[in-house]
Amino acid sequence: MKINRREFMRMAGIAAAAGLAGAGTIARLKGNTLEAADYTPPAEALKAKHWGMVIDVSKISTPEDYQRIMDACHTPHNVPDIGNPKDEVKWIWPDTYEHTFPGMEHPYMNPEFKEKNFLVLCNHCEKPACVRVCPTKATFKRADGLVIMDYHRCIGCRFCMAACPFGARSFNWRDPRPFINEATLNREYPTRTKGVVEKCTFCVERLEKGKIPLCVEKSNGALVFGDLEDPDSEIRKILASAYTIRRKPELGTGPSIYYVIGGGEHA
Amino acid sequence: MYNGGKIIIGLVVFAALVTSPFWTNAGRKVEAPELKLDTPAIKEAQAALGKKEVCVEPKAFMRGGHMQLLNTWRDSVVRDGKRVYTSSEGRTFDISLQNTCMKCHSNKKNFCDKCHNYLAVSPYCWDCHIAPKEAEAGGAAGGSEMAPAVAAGSEKAPAVAVHGEAKL
Repeated sequence: MKINRREFMRMAGIAAAAGLAGAGTIARLKGNTLEAADYTPPAEALKAKHWGMVIDVSKISTPEDYQRIMDACHTPHNVPDIGNPKDEVKWIWPDTYEHTFPGMEHPYMNPEFKEKNFLVLCNHCEKPACVRVCPTKATFKRADGLVIMDYHRCIGCRFCMAACPFGARSFNWRDPRPFINEATLNREYPTRTKGVVEKCTFCVERLEKGKIPLCVEKSNGALVFGDLEDPDSEIRKILASAYTIRRKPELGTGPSIYYVIGGGEHA
Repeated sequence: MYNGGKIIIGLVVFAALVTSPFWTNAGRKVEAPELKLDTPAIKEAQAALGKKEVCVEPKAFMRGGHMQLLNTWRDSVVRDGKRVYTSSEGRTFDISLQNTCMKCHSNKKNFCDKCHNYLAVSPYCWDCHIAPKEAEAGGAAGGSEMAPAVAAGSEKAPAVAVHGEAKL
């Protein structure tokens, strides 16, 4: 078939017109979209550039203290109590000196410290290793420094658990529902499901309501929460005056949790 | 064709078997699921707003697009921390499946499950999110008539998630 220029131009024009008409029809048929819908953060939300926490280790010592803070977190967040260390799920818990600050122990150190337990939780690192390795971006870092999980996206590969140097993440090896006390189940908060990883969220659901994290609230002043980027915040005043250390600083993840050593009268 | 007769009979049998679901169901009338919108919270919202459609968006949109809306809601809250939804009518809502959607639709069995079972879709929302407590009465699937689901949602005070007309 031969085709001359005029014929070609005419066919190209018809094809273009048909394409435009088709696109218009599809757009009109689709139609099920909304115009004025808008998404905004709650007005009462607490805002910060970099959320962080200071833990005064001298103010938490008895097993009851640890239990009170753990319960304050685990119960409202529907964290299951599975009862064996292999399957256990935890967001905040006490750990030994060797596990909290490995490599810093020595034979002659203060026995009080050596035998003490320290409260540990997700460090909400400045450079979180878990976020780097997550293949689905289920875990991510928000602009305000929180390292958050999107359980909907988690595929349960546990790369984040291998990457986290602090053991802050727990895997749901089994359905957590049967291990949550029905009487204390928080029906305003979800549970997790088998096959996802979970961890401390710095109570992101409370920050947006203008409330501080539950562990801080129940700590009787041992835990202080605030904006590390705000020079006038209480947390910065403590960091400027007291001697504080972070866990495993040599790894370069930049934890946002600071431990006050030796106490003091800051608070 | 060798063994043509057998092959043709075989093909006919095969075609009949494959299409048998269509033949057996042909002409059978299947009732479309009837959703119940009579929970206390919905009635309260209807009274407060003085109209019948009180959901976050118009009925037609919700019917066809609630899944997209829920996906956008989820991403907005989880990833951006944007918890407040301003609807196309200018009303504001807390974005939450458990604390907003299900406070009104406290009759999951007569609402969500009705359509989802009819269409054989099983979204995994409830693996994590806690479904509202409701009375065991009222068939989950199929049944066209049932006791009015007033018992559903009686567990909690019918907290209406509508913030009123005021913008935050």
